[in-house]
Amino acid sequence: MTAITVPTIGAPAPAAHRLRWVFADTLTVTWRNLLAYTRIPEALFFSTLQPIMFVLLFRYVFGGAIPIPGNVPYVDYMIPGIFVQTVMFGAVSTSVGLAEDLHKGLIERFRALPMARSAVLAGRTSADLVRNVFVVLIMTAVAYAVGFRIGDGAPAYILGALILLAFAYSMSWGFAAIGLAAPNSETAQVMAFPILMPLTFASTAFVPIQSMPGWLQAFARHQPVSVVVDGARSLMVGGFYHSASSVWYSLLWIGGLLVALVPLGVWRYRKTS
Amino acid sequence: MSNSSLAVEAHDLVKVFPRGHVRALDGVSLAVEEGTILGLLGPNGAGKTTAVRILSTILSPDAGSASILGHDVVKEAETVRRIIGLAGQYAAVDENLTGRENIRMVGKLSHMSGKESRGRANELLDAFGLTDAGDRVLKTYSGGMRRRLDLAAALVARPPVLFLDEPTTGLDPQSRQDLWGVIEGLVAGGTTVLLTTQYLEEADRLARDIVVVDHGRVIADGTPAELKANLGTSVVSITVGGDEAMVQKAATLVASLSDHPPLIDHHVVELTVENGPKVGADVLRTLDAAQIPIGGLALREPSLDDVFLNLTGHKSEAETDEERAARTAKGAKRRASQAETDGRDAA
Repeated sequence: MTAITVPTIGAPAPAAHRLRWVFADTLTVTWRNLLAYTRIPEALFFSTLQPIMFVLLFRYVFGGAIPIPGNVPYVDYMIPGIFVQTVMFGAVSTSVGLAEDLHKGLIERFRALPMARSAVLAGRTSADLVRNVFVVLIMTAVAYAVGFRIGDGAPAYILGALILLAFAYSMSWGFAAIGLAAPNSETAQVMAFPILMPLTFASTAFVPIQSMPGWLQAFARHQPVSVVVDGARSLMVGGFYHSASSVWYSLLWIGGLLVALVPLGVWRYRKTS
Repeated sequence: MSNSSLAVEAHDLVKVFPRGHVRALDGVSLAVEEGTILGLLGPNGAGKTTAVRILSTILSPDAGSASILGHDVVKEAETVRRIIGLAGQYAAVDENLTGRENIRMVGKLSHMSGKESRGRANELLDAFGLTDAGDRVLKTYSGGMRRRLDLAAALVARPPVLFLDEPTTGLDPQSRQDLWGVIEGLVAGGTTVLLTTQYLEEADRLARDIVVVDHGRVIADGTPAELKANLGTSVVSITVGGDEAMVQKAATLVASLSDHPPLIDHHVVELTVENGPKVGADVLRTLDAAQIPIGGLALREPSLDDVFLNLTGHKSEAETDEERAARTAKGAKRRASQAETDGRDAA
């Protein structure tokens, strides 16, 4: 620790370098977040258990009592819905994780490092995306065990799953903004729920909207969760539920959410001090 | 325009937190010469942490300017981040990672190669006596180990300027001594350090210059020797038996024994003086002659609280709302520091 060597002082890096650093720094933060998940095995276990229980609950408890249109078993109908519900509830961990980083002072350290500003949020949302991929794989296996069958072939099923993952990713940015606005991690969780609940349940995820009162149908039909579930259902279940337009509509929503929520998260991050 | 031998320069820094309408910094100027340690002293909420956060580019000042090795902290923030290291109570390490992983993460985010950050992790773990604990998750670390790792993480990119925000708050005496040794070693190697602390003893041991802040303003600066000369070397603490009038009478009687006015807290009268034992004996004689009952008499070294009492005439009560909200642990730490001061004097 003798002579001070400061080879790095000088002009800021050129644009090409910057882009490389954004990517590299995002990877590093993603790696750190994923590593942190594995360090709390209990959290990993129970957050895996929960979606499995939901699959079983809707398959065996509620499923029989919910009439759905089209000649498909309820287990097929519910699969896209239960996926979207799981990734939406999972997105709460984006809020909680960021609130924790903020209040424990980790973000303070990040801010004093020469890393890309955007990497903190991008790394968090990317880690959640990786986690969601695992969740979808596990749930697909469980769904298969309780009678779900792919309707339109594996490629369509995978495309449907990708739509759900893209939607979850866009929502992560919104939940990131919530986490940064929350005074602590406990509150972050409570703050996320009023947004989660109506979006997830006043939707086509578990029930056909025809059973809802008229005023609610208008909301339920066009809100993003319904639209994305319809799009995913078109691909994953097919048949009666096939609808190319709903696939395009869901892509439109996902694009719109990204355009709105990414800047919201970034703005919130810059504002937080 | 700037003096080349100054590593850190701040001019009239102002920071207002709108939520609490608090002027956390109200025109703070300071300068740290290259290769020296500046101790920034002050009670909780004085603005120490806010100053460090501005100098380390985390916060922008509302007015005033600051530069690190000639680079403006606002206009050249990115350059500044490459030449500073930040450690302290709030710049945390990741609890869910191991010591080695933490250092490697900081290395990568400082844009070192994977090989370089791995090598640096080995070096630093070794230098800080953490090699055995390097692959353990931080949750299992003691307070002292965590602080050492925190400091190690700040040194990954070999920054020539180091900010240490209350680096030893809450540490046991041995860990504090160890950390002091490390900091001295760094400065011997040419590093410039700006250190905030609540401990006069720490500033005394480490710092070449001291700046004392309170309510966001600089209220004193100078070398430790200069500040102490103004303070006196010991505090005579007299517990008076009897009612309030008796305490007042005692304070009036002993006032002439010190250059500073006596401070009264309930039944305790305190005098800051140069020659504690002699004044103590004088106090006993004076009060005995006046037939004032004495419940107890103690000598102790002046604490930072005494500095503030003498410099400002008030106890440091105002923690800004902003800082209070974000940093709930401070009160406990402050009490701990007081307990430690007391413990040291008893020993």
